[in-house]
Amino acid sequence: MFYREAGDFKTSYAKDSQTFPIKFDRWRYYLVLAVAFLVIPFIINDYWANAVFLPFLIYAIAAIGLNILTGYAGQVSLGTGGFMAVGAYATYKLTTAFPDINIAIHIFLAGGITAAVVTLFGLPSLRIKGFYLAVATLAAQFFLVWLFNKVSWFYNYSASGQINMPEREVFGVLVTGPNTQAWATYLFCLVFVVFAGVVARNMTRGSLGRRWMSIRDMDIAAEIIGVNPLTAKLSAFAISGFFVGISGALFFSVYLGAVEVGEAFGINKSFLVLFMIIIGGLGSIFGSFAGAAFMVLLPVLLKNVLVGGMGWDTALAAHLEFVIVGALIIIFLIAEPHGLAQLWRVAKEKLRLWPFPH
Amino acid sequence: MLHSESFVTPDGRTIGPTVMEMKNITLRFGGVVAIKDISFDIREGEIRAIIGPNGAGKSSMLNVVSGFYNPQEGEVWYKGAKRPPMKPYQVARQGIARTFQNIALFEGMSVLDNVMTGRLNHMTSGIFSQALWWGKAEREEVANREAVEKVIDFLEIQHIRKTPVARLPYGLKKRVELARALAAEPKILLLDEPMAGMNVEEKEDMSRFILSVNDEFGTTIALIEHDMGVVMDLSDRVVVMDYGKKIGDGTPDEVRGNQAVIDAYLGVAHD
Repeated sequence: MFYREAGDFKTSYAKDSQTFPIKFDRWRYYLVLAVAFLVIPFIINDYWANAVFLPFLIYAIAAIGLNILTGYAGQVSLGTGGFMAVGAYATYKLTTAFPDINIAIHIFLAGGITAAVVTLFGLPSLRIKGFYLAVATLAAQFFLVWLFNKVSWFYNYSASGQINMPEREVFGVLVTGPNTQAWATYLFCLVFVVFAGVVARNMTRGSLGRRWMSIRDMDIAAEIIGVNPLTAKLSAFAISGFFVGISGALFFSVYLGAVEVGEAFGINKSFLVLFMIIIGGLGSIFGSFAGAAFMVLLPVLLKNVLVGGMGWDTALAAHLEFVIVGALIIIFLIAEPHGLAQLWRVAKEKLRLWPFPH
Repeated sequence: MLHSESFVTPDGRTIGPTVMEMKNITLRFGGVVAIKDISFDIREGEIRAIIGPNGAGKSSMLNVVSGFYNPQEGEVWYKGAKRPPMKPYQVARQGIARTFQNIALFEGMSVLDNVMTGRLNHMTSGIFSQALWWGKAEREEVANREAVEKVIDFLEIQHIRKTPVARLPYGLKKRVELARALAAEPKILLLDEPMAGMNVEEKEDMSRFILSVNDEFGTTIALIEHDMGVVMDLSDRVVVMDYGKKIGDGTPDEVRGNQAVIDAYLGVAHD
């Protein structure tokens, strides 16, 4: 009833090309932002922050990054874990070398460093496509993990081979280290998520996004209408790397605090983020959030239902969780191969006509 | 063969001097000679047709013009200067747009976005402006949207503006592809079989669009087409190819009377 574009006349092209052309969507978006910034920080506790919100927010950034590369520009990447590691190690090296500079700046710089590294690994995309490119990025994944394990300069020659995040403050509030408060880490990550979401959306709706999508849909035609494949592909790699790097930096500094590269940023991480964007929806910013939410929330939910609700043994539940999540992913992909974002679009199209579909 | 003077056609269009000239083009794929020593020119403002039986090398010729193939021998002269070997996107930036025989639209995008991709060469805002959607990026988006809306109006596809291209029927897809090429405001528009697979009404529509593009925007058009009626009615001059060689060149009437052309199309008795 309220979800209508009828009567909402656009009088300029700027209004017509805005992110949420329907008034209801716009207000819903403001509402979500208001709840995220003004309500959740006051009611959040350590369990919710560590089990739900931090992983969701951080993976959402990684999913946005990978979605730009794979969903928008059509370049498959299996190197996300390794690229997140670049962000994490860059933050670690920067913040130990320059402890006086604000950690937020370091995280941005880490994103920039990751962008440069990812661009380098994106160079093969100019010659190879599809599965072959996926294998090339897989090589990047293994190379980067090996590099961070072998070269002790990266972990400041520590005996354990781990990197540990020292305590850092933003505006006098601790955001990293063991003594942080839930609301502070949550808000810190949320700011980056909102930044990533808005910037990614702006880039994908303008000429840059059209360049990427034209390369994805038909690279030959794209080149004939004047898209330079070199700059289009490498810019996708760079911007994707920027977000993935920020996500890796937050994952290490705010969420985990201590990282052993093979465990935290192994090939599993690459697949996890890839699953997120496939389930969420390729080529959709909303899909990145939805996919991250699905992959983070579902195991938590299952655990609560199986252990808390049905009183199962914890170990048994942990194993069954894998089976159920795996089965759900398969069922879901058969039912809706274009992901949650497509379900959302279909729902919105139906809502526009509801309750008078004829 | 170079024309330097202008003249006005009986129907009131001005045909200018030569804008593009192909000089002795030879294109080989391994041992196969697709185009053999072909020369012809395209004059400003004219509709130039390339015809010939299947496998004559017409599409290869168009691919040479649009920079997709670089010929082994011969020169391409554009606007009075020899064109060095170029990538297709560089050719596009010189003002040459084209459509494809098999529709090459971006299926994952809406009609509007597809036509907007035609404007990409006119959009130059930097990455930071786009990230913030502020300043040049926004102004540029609106300005180019206005240009695109004119093309959409012109080709009468307003009603499908926001439809995903994948949902459109064949005839409309062809029209959207023409819109994408036109949105670039090209100097020369290359059309590779714009009417393939269309019924009579769709062909009439398409012919009307081609003529009014040429008439209103003064766009030079080079087209490949198999429908002889359409070719003879639309074009100012016709190049006829057969087995990679040029066998005729001239006005539709001259070509129609050319014995080599008649032989190529109707066959000759072998004695």
